[in-house]
Amino acid sequence: MTQAIHNLSRRHFLQGSAGLTLGLALPAFAANGAKTAVSGSAAAFEPTPFLSIGADNSVTVISKHLEMGQGTYTGLATIVAEELDAAWSQVRVDGAPADAKRYNNLAFGPMQGTGGSTAMANSWDQLRQTGAVARAMLVAAAAKRWNVPTAEISVRDGVVSHAASKHKATFGELAEAAAAEAVPATVPLKDPKDFRLVGKHAPRKDSFAKTNGTAQFTQDVHLPGMLVAVVAHPPRFGGKVKSFDASKTKAVKGVVDVVAIPNGVAVLAKDTWSAKKGRDALSVEWDDSAAFKLGSEEIFARYHELAQTPGLIARKDGDGDAAFAGAAKVVKASYDFPYLAHAAMEPMNCVVQFTGDSLEVWNGEQFQTVDQANLAALFGLPPEKVNIHMLYAGGSFGRRACKDSDYVKEAASIVKAAGTRAPVKMVWLREDDMKGGYYRPQFHHAMEAALNADGSIRAWRHRLVGQSIAKGSPFEGFMIKDGVDGLSVEGAATLPYGIPNLQVELHTPSDITVPTLWWRSVGSTHTAYSTETFIDRLAAESKQDPVALRLKLLDKHPRHAGVLRLAAEKAGWGAPLAKGKPGERRGRGVAVHESFHSYVAQVAEVTVQADGSVRVDRVVTAVDCGVAINPDVVRAQVEGSVGFALSAALHGEITLKDGVVEQGNFGEYAPIRINEMPKTEVYIVPSAEKPTGIGEPAVPPVAPSVANAIAAATGKWLTRLPFRSDELKA
Amino acid sequence: MIQLNVNGKPQRADVDPDTPLLWTLRDSLLLTGTKFGCGAGLCGACTVHVDGQPTRSCITPVSSVAGKKITTIEAVDNSRVGKAVQEAWRKLDVVQCGYCQSGQIMSAVGLLKTKKNPTDADIDAAMAGNLCRCGTYVRIRAAIHEAAKALA
Repeated sequence: MTQAIHNLSRRHFLQGSAGLTLGLALPAFAANGAKTAVSGSAAAFEPTPFLSIGADNSVTVISKHLEMGQGTYTGLATIVAEELDAAWSQVRVDGAPADAKRYNNLAFGPMQGTGGSTAMANSWDQLRQTGAVARAMLVAAAAKRWNVPTAEISVRDGVVSHAASKHKATFGELAEAAAAEAVPATVPLKDPKDFRLVGKHAPRKDSFAKTNGTAQFTQDVHLPGMLVAVVAHPPRFGGKVKSFDASKTKAVKGVVDVVAIPNGVAVLAKDTWSAKKGRDALSVEWDDSAAFKLGSEEIFARYHELAQTPGLIARKDGDGDAAFAGAAKVVKASYDFPYLAHAAMEPMNCVVQFTGDSLEVWNGEQFQTVDQANLAALFGLPPEKVNIHMLYAGGSFGRRACKDSDYVKEAASIVKAAGTRAPVKMVWLREDDMKGGYYRPQFHHAMEAALNADGSIRAWRHRLVGQSIAKGSPFEGFMIKDGVDGLSVEGAATLPYGIPNLQVELHTPSDITVPTLWWRSVGSTHTAYSTETFIDRLAAESKQDPVALRLKLLDKHPRHAGVLRLAAEKAGWGAPLAKGKPGERRGRGVAVHESFHSYVAQVAEVTVQADGSVRVDRVVTAVDCGVAINPDVVRAQVEGSVGFALSAALHGEITLKDGVVEQGNFGEYAPIRINEMPKTEVYIVPSAEKPTGIGEPAVPPVAPSVANAIAAATGKWLTRLPFRSDELKA
Repeated sequence: MIQLNVNGKPQRADVDPDTPLLWTLRDSLLLTGTKFGCGAGLCGACTVHVDGQPTRSCITPVSSVAGKKITTIEAVDNSRVGKAVQEAWRKLDVVQCGYCQSGQIMSAVGLLKTKKNPTDADIDAAMAGNLCRCGTYVRIRAAIHEAAKALA
């Protein structure tokens, strides 16, 4: 028997479900099968793997995607409820089990996982279909029961009714009968003008549990007999254990076992604090012979040198060399971007239990198919014997979709090394998380533009140097083409501006082995910065208005132009900015960028103090993400993106010295705090296009719009991230 | 064995006196609403009230709070202010990942208990110890104003 830990999106469910006590004493739960995704109430009707309607009138949407804050549970439920005509209050959401046959991400192919801002985009048709099929079957059941034509039946707010005969029934009352109906091959979908939830207000499904302490994160899992493991990790990437002495650790009260694992030494104890004390008492000698030992500055020195030579071609339009030769003026700039840690509020953790013939895993699970495969290989099991229970994640920003399953595998390797049948919760302390690698890669960009005498742009050359994320990942095959990792050059090779001679080149150093990973908005985290500040520089060189120049170069890109115009208008672009106090310099800047098929423009207003410190006062965002399924979630994602991106621009930096990460906690790696959060305004472009992502696309334009505002205020173009106040002193 | 008063109930925990209150709440009393974020008093995810005072439980030895009144997120709605804050959070859909929000709410309640009508500057000062990686700060500010209005 295994245990279920569920996140329930509605209180009434708890109250109405006999025998279900939240969190601690949990009902029996067979891990396989969509049926069991719904606990507590009998699932009377399951038209597709994504929906279950109970006799108790509950409507449960099964989410194949992880809820990590981005509002996925709410967005997916909005789609189903719309086509089903359910009452929003009867809808709850439950996480799907790991099963790529039913729950694959259509944007990833035969893989289940969450990422790339794909959840709404790949679920839109699938879940509209689900809602519509279920509705049709409920209507068919009602028609039979009342002996009336289906065409005369209406559905509204979870009630099926026939006006002429005054018959009415709830979904719950019809669920069992609906289950006996044939699944229709085709069903009509709603005309968008009839939408009652999509594009309107539907509150978050996870607000309740996340404001009273009942939301279940991996960190909160407590199972009978569970042990907690804290791990001593090597100080350098690629380091190994040479020897260790656990005698002091074993004397710590509560410590149960100490085991060597491939990436360190794990201390298992009855509780977290004992495990931590035991870990701190360990004496480990590390073998650093194969470890990575360079520092950040040495890596940059290598990258700067590489940038002097041509790289692999990522895009080539026209003839750049010839265009540069005949230029009236050449403008150059180069940019340095540090490693960045995801630093989700919930440090990485994972609960694993080996039952003898299967693995049970509890995790804020973002990469089901990859993790299943890696754990199955570790234990010699078929992948379907790895049952993953997807819990809420306390943030991720990409970290929980690890291409190597690093922390998940580490938890399982502890279970394996200890040879235990007890569930083991591996807990990374903040320092383990921050020093644990899988960073946004450090990057260097070298840019050059050739201008004509009239200031128009003849040619653009953009050379990037940095590690590949896709290499060694399951996406390598389709992300790396002719040696160029699309994740390294996205946003640069896709530059929308109409420039006749345009060349983008990439160097991918293979001997820098710091583990890297996608970090909220991936390649665009650096490419939007370099391209959008460089274009502003060219506007300044040719004395053109930054918005006007962009619009001129975007005549073939109406959606870019659309958000740019909207943001500029709402921000009062062109109107003078209110003056600051004496000694303060103020400026306004703009940036526009497309990522994950969504278009975002931002206008930032900043104040730079005499000492060079920067305060971001206001960020106005215009976004075009197709149909905004749940506009308030869209707004929330944009607001959050502003905070997330500012953390990186103003403070974020992971640095190495002799291969050792120098930051360990929020003192040295400081996300912005509430006093640094600007006013935000969000405007959504009305659209009938299919929905695209919103979890990531508002991140990229933040830093360049702020940098452009700083340049407007001070005349200084910042080319090294994070911003350094000593470059901005009056 | 340490005697505690948590959410109005007497509790006993069999832990070493140096164990942080955080881990006693989470691992011994299974009150997991209070979160571990940094272990160093830097992020505020572990904020609880000790005799009404917002306190970082991750750096508070459990022995130092024996006999004091401890309130956690699980009982925040027992007070009028706590209930108002929780409701404002829900009304404005403040949460994203939610992991920091127990601590945010406990700090906000602490603020509103001492300042009935805080300004943005008061809010920034009182809440600057609570990190939110999702960037929900805009709504936190708005929700505190909302709760203050509801309590007026």
